[in-house]
This record gives sequence, C-alpha cells and structure tokens, in this order.
Amino acid sequence: MSTKPKIGFYWCASCGGCEESVVDLAEDVLMVTGAVDIIFWPCAMDFKKADIEAMPDKSIVATLLNGAIRSSEQEEMAHLLRRKSQVLIAYGSCAHTGGIPSLANQFTREQIMKFVYEDAPTMVNDQKTHPQPHSRDNGHELEIPVLRNVVRALDQVVDVDYYIPGCPPTPKLLKEAVLALLSGKLPPKGTVLAPDHAVCQECLRNDSKPQDISLTEFKRPHEIIADPEKCLLAQGLACMGPATRGGCDAVCIKGNMPCTGCFGPVSRVHDHGAKILSYLASTAAGKEEDEISATLAGIPDPVGTFYRYGLAKCLLRGKVS
Amino acid sequence: MEMKTNGWQPKIVAFFCNWCTYTAADLAGVSRMKYAPNIRIIRLMCSGRLDPQFVMAAFARGADGVLIGGCHPGDCHYVEGNYKTLRRMTLLKRMLADLGIEEDRCRLEWISASEGDKVKWVVNDMTEKLRALGPLDLPGKHKEWDAEMEALEKEVQTQQEGEPSHVH
Repeated sequence: MSTKPKIGFYWCASCGGCEESVVDLAEDVLMVTGAVDIIFWPCAMDFKKADIEAMPDKSIVATLLNGAIRSSEQEEMAHLLRRKSQVLIAYGSCAHTGGIPSLANQFTREQIMKFVYEDAPTMVNDQKTHPQPHSRDNGHELEIPVLRNVVRALDQVVDVDYYIPGCPPTPKLLKEAVLALLSGKLPPKGTVLAPDHAVCQECLRNDSKPQDISLTEFKRPHEIIADPEKCLLAQGLACMGPATRGGCDAVCIKGNMPCTGCFGPVSRVHDHGAKILSYLASTAAGKEEDEISATLAGIPDPVGTFYRYGLAKCLLRGKVS
Repeated sequence: MEMKTNGWQPKIVAFFCNWCTYTAADLAGVSRMKYAPNIRIIRLMCSGRLDPQFVMAAFARGADGVLIGGCHPGDCHYVEGNYKTLRRMTLLKRMLADLGIEEDRCRLEWISASEGDKVKWVVNDMTEKLRALGPLDLPGKHKEWDAEMEALEKEVQTQQEGEPSHVH
C-alpha cells in the first residue's frame, strides 16, 4: 500500500464550482496526484462512506470540504471526516462563511419546502406531496436525510483547522495550501489561507480611487459600460473590494465587474456585511435624510448584497423573526 | 409596572458621542433627573465612530435595543462625523428590518450637550416601546436553532468513546 499522504475532497451544499477549481489546477493537478493519494472524492472517484468509516481515526492527512452544511447527512459526513482527518479545511465560500446557500437563512424551512414543492412556477404537485424522512415502498423502509432549520458554515458544526476562501477558490490558493500541507509549514490553526489585506490593495485600479467618494446614485453592472481603467466604486458600482479579503488578484475587477465579496472579511472584521454597509453607505452624498435615502435606494437588497456569501456568519446568523 | 415575562427588563446598549449626547446624559445626572435604568452607555468620541458591527454585536449578545446619540446636524465636533452616522444608520435600519429586527429596537437621536431632559425622554420612551415588543433574546434564539444538532453530536461522541483512538 502507498505511503503517500492521504487527502480527501468532499462536497456538501455546493454547486460543484469548488470541484471544478481542483480541475483548474491544470498540469499542476499531476503534481498534486503525484505527491498525495486522493482517497475520497465522490464527485470524481468511486469511494463510499463505508470505506472512510473503515479507516483508522486521523489517518487522512487533510480533508478539503466544500459546501455549506444544511442537511442531517452533510452534518454526519462533516463529523465523520473530522474524526478521520488530521487537518480539516473549509474549502470555498460555502464551507468558510455559509456561501450563497446560507441566504436561505432569510426564510424558514417550511417556507422553503412549500415554495419548492408547491408554489414554484415549474412545479406541478396537486397532491402537495412533500418528501418524508421515513416512508415505506413495496415493503421496504426508506429513509432520507432531513433539511436543517438553518444553513451553517462548516465551523458552526465541527472544529475546523484552516479556511481556503473564494467562490470558488483560485487554483493558486489551492496549490499553495497543498504545498504548505506537504512541507508541514502550516500557519496557526484557524488561519484563512489567503493574504490578510483588502482586495483594493491588489487591484490595478487602486491609484484611481479618489480620497473621498461621494455618490448621488448607485448603478448596477448591467446599467453602465464601466470605464476599464477607473475605480469601479468611484463610477457608482457597489464594489465590495474595500471590505473584502484579497488573494484573488482582483480577478473580477480585471474583467470589469465589481467585487461581490466572495473571499469574506479580513481577520480584523467580525461581520463582513456590516463592514461593507459601513463604507458603502458613507459614500452616499447629501446631508438630508430624504436625499440619502434616495441614493441608497440604489441598493435594493442590502442583505443579499452584503451577505451574498456569508449570511451564516452574520452576527445575527439570518432572519431572526 | 407591567412586565412581559418573569422579571425581564429591556436591556438597551447606548452609544453616545463624547461632545454632545454623553455630556447631556451627564447633565441629566447632575440635574438629578430620574429616568429608566435600562441603558448601558458606551462613550464614543463621535457618533461617526459607530461601526455598524457594534450594533450587530450588541443584538447578537443579548441587547433588546440599541440607541445611538450624536450632535445635531451641523454641530458635529468633527464637522462631518454625524452625517456619516446618518448615512450608515439609514441603510442599517433598512437591513435590520429585512433581518426581522423591529424598527423600534434601533434608534438614532440627535441630543445636544444642553438637552439633559431629551436624554430622559428618549430613554424612557424607548424603554416603554421595548417593553411592549418584549425580549429579543438572540443568544437564546441561536441556542434554540442549534438544538437540532445535539442528537447527532451525542451519537458521534459515543461512537468515538467506544473505539480505540488513533492520535497522530
């Protein structure tokens, strides 16, 4: 049997983009597979839960788990992989901060189930049949996982050693993390494996960012053709760069699109969305309440905009009543 | 005095600016004005120092209401600070409403150094409104949310105890 370090990949509530980012390593994926044994990767390889259960505890050097935790099955897998892994890494926005799935924390489980199984325009369900955790079919007892009441980031369920941010993380960050793991040169537990500065610091347009920004109107990306040289925030686009962790090389801004905040906050910030709100609101021009409100009306959905990738990690954790 | 639940009293975290509202609260004190003892005042140099994170943290840790007090528009010791507060609070109030926090739980008031009686009135009024709303109790709510994970967690722990551990 191979003595190469064992690495696992797993996905929970995710879209598959994180798996894609592993493939995006391109030729470097050969470096990774040459140096480690991938012992679990349900998206790409045929290993079963029972294979993992049969392994001794802590026998996987590192598991990179992507996706938020929103069902009892995902919770169980998180516990199992925690137990079998020396290092558990929350990979990608969903595992790191809840991601897009945690926007569901604005609704109750009942509201979500009713919409999906009754009210959605694409749904025909006259009997109003909902999935049941237990059922019988042809004399067989069937069980399916249950949806939890709230969506959680990985560290709200099990102990997490490191975080790799991004929706999805860039191949560069993944490669650096794997190299750090192999060399044993790991930073203190709890570290986000990306630089601890804002996106603006690595943005090529940073020099064009004015000292004071005063906006009379927020624009949405489809409403203007943005100047490809100038700071997007100064052009009225709600760019999350000033309050978002860098490490992405400002890749979205290079594509002339504003930062949407997928890398989460820097280490000094406790509530990413509140921090974005703070600087974005203070750029609104005017001194009268009506004038300010009119400008800020250009941000129609503050929760969805500021917590796009992290409502689970908002200090309130979601809609509270 | 009517109380919503057993012995519960609203807890208000108040952020007052050093130059106006905090001085006004001081004035209310030395003038021996009586008002509801439900606020815990945190002094900031300027209401513009108020990071929206402070408001979120106060609610998350059990505040029933958050009161922000600053100088009247045009009177800011730092010229522009309270306008920044007004802009942030305008958007924060809208976002808090979307997150299910009732409007009366977060309040911005301009109170100058000479308005000790306004401190008294605002605190009493806010306390009454929060009493009518009842407790927010976010720590309790979060605990309640996480109760759904307990059974599985217990099961996992008993599994671990029953098997030899392989410590790396």
